[in-house]
Amino acid sequence: MNMVSEIASAPRSRGASDPAVRMEDVNKWYGSFHALKNINLTVGRGERIVICGPSGSGKSTMIRCINQLETIHSGRIVVDGHDLTAGGRNVDLIRQETGMVFQQFNLFPHMTVLENCTLAPMKVRGITKAEAEETAMKFLRRVRIPEQAAKYPAQLSGGQQQRVAIARALCMNPKIMLFDEPTSALDPEMVKEVLDTMVDLANEGMTMLCVTHEMGFARSVADRVVFMDRGEILEVATPDTFFDAPQHERTRFFLGQIS
Amino acid sequence: MIRVFGWNEFLVIVVAAQWTIALSAIAFAGGSIGGLLIALMRVSEVRAFRLFATGFIRVFQGTPLLMQLFLVFFGMNIFGFAINPWIAATIALALHASAFLGEIWRGCIEAVPKGQREAATALGLRYYHSMRHVILPQATRIAVAPTVGFLVQLIKGTSLASIIGFTELTRQGQIINNATFSPFLVFGTVAAIYFLLCWPLSLVARRMETRFSRATAR
Ligand SMILES: Nc1ncnc2c1ncn2[C@@H]1O[C@H](COP(=O)(O)OP(=O)(O)OP(=O)(O)O)[C@@H](O)[C@H]1O
Ligand SMILES: [Mg+2]
Repeated sequence: MNMVSEIASAPRSRGASDPAVRMEDVNKWYGSFHALKNINLTVGRGERIVICGPSGSGKSTMIRCINQLETIHSGRIVVDGHDLTAGGRNVDLIRQETGMVFQQFNLFPHMTVLENCTLAPMKVRGITKAEAEETAMKFLRRVRIPEQAAKYPAQLSGGQQQRVAIARALCMNPKIMLFDEPTSALDPEMVKEVLDTMVDLANEGMTMLCVTHEMGFARSVADRVVFMDRGEILEVATPDTFFDAPQHERTRFFLGQIS
Repeated sequence: MIRVFGWNEFLVIVVAAQWTIALSAIAFAGGSIGGLLIALMRVSEVRAFRLFATGFIRVFQGTPLLMQLFLVFFGMNIFGFAINPWIAATIALALHASAFLGEIWRGCIEAVPKGQREAATALGLRYYHSMRHVILPQATRIAVAPTVGFLVQLIKGTSLASIIGFTELTRQGQIINNATFSPFLVFGTVAAIYFLLCWPLSLVARRMETRFSRATAR
């Protein structure tokens, strides 16, 4: 089934040279509130981006535009060579190629861990149950909870639930992973197990955009850190520059507050 | 001449309960299909669907069931159909049930956290699969108790069909009462039968409710 999407998009000659994500002059409003202001950001394949900024600065909104959980009003977003502004079919393709992990996990509570992981591959990719379960178990082993496969989400700890959510997203074989504050809803002792899983993923070369305030993670994993404030990208820098020599007054203020 | 209310009269009333059950069952079945459609339209992204469903619900919730029965009953005649209490009662009650179940189920669908739909969408699931496998199964759990509650209302509501001449439990009672003139015995019997139909359902509804609250507290 993977082949279908490959073939369907072949004529547009997407090559390895296409960036994973390209946002050009993206603007978004909620009513009269200007939530994203002229966002320009290009994310290369295999690149790890950490996005931070004060509450309400538009971080969630920005990454939710990448898989079209939010629509934009002007500008262009091209994901893996597919222009999202062209609408329809591209949007479906992009959703299949991007995985998303939410702050509140959003596991399906009426399904077991295994069913959570197999639903989309079976219904979207059309693979058999046996195949889907095999893939699911592979990723559940990767996030180190294969023994929980038959349980329901409510029977797991927060950290385990978030790792299931990561495995569930990986089961669709995404090329890009989006994380929206994946550890913010966790008890402190569970943060590490989820971050470790994300580090593993980064080491395997996954393209990642993570909204997080885990600055240790940002320092050790990110290729670039994006700082947002009031709907704008104020600063994009390597972690070293970002933490040791921030350019903007507001960045310095923000870093002072969270550390 | 006046008959005595005896065993035979009692049996006639009991047997008439089958028509109450049949009318309730058909109206509920029709109302379930209609109600699901109305609920889905009500939460749809298409504005025209939402407006239609909202209007439909308002009209049926804002008018007495008896008027709905009259309008369908006499309306059928105006549009050239033969007057048939069976069909009129079924259609009116099914429409009535569609509106109320539609509104109940809309609430249940909206009670499923927004993140569930977003997670399904982010996984590439489109409308049908996301509704079918993610949203509706969760909404159903919430819906069971209020739905059974409405079914009880519907069973009692079928008694109004007696006024357009449909011979179900209530009308059979009236007929027997005209012959025996023992209103207390006759309508006591009728009421007891309604109670026996509805009470177990209320019990089921309450059981479901506690089971559901326990399930969510897990
Ligand atoms: N559906 C919505 N309707 C109206 N305003 C919204 C909506 N979603 C977000 N906003 C507003 O847009 C702004 C950016 O929201 P967003 O969730 O992207 O911020 P954030 O940077 O992720 O913040 P946080 O750190 O609190 O998660 C906020 O001011 C928020 O109030
Ligand atoms: Mg956010």
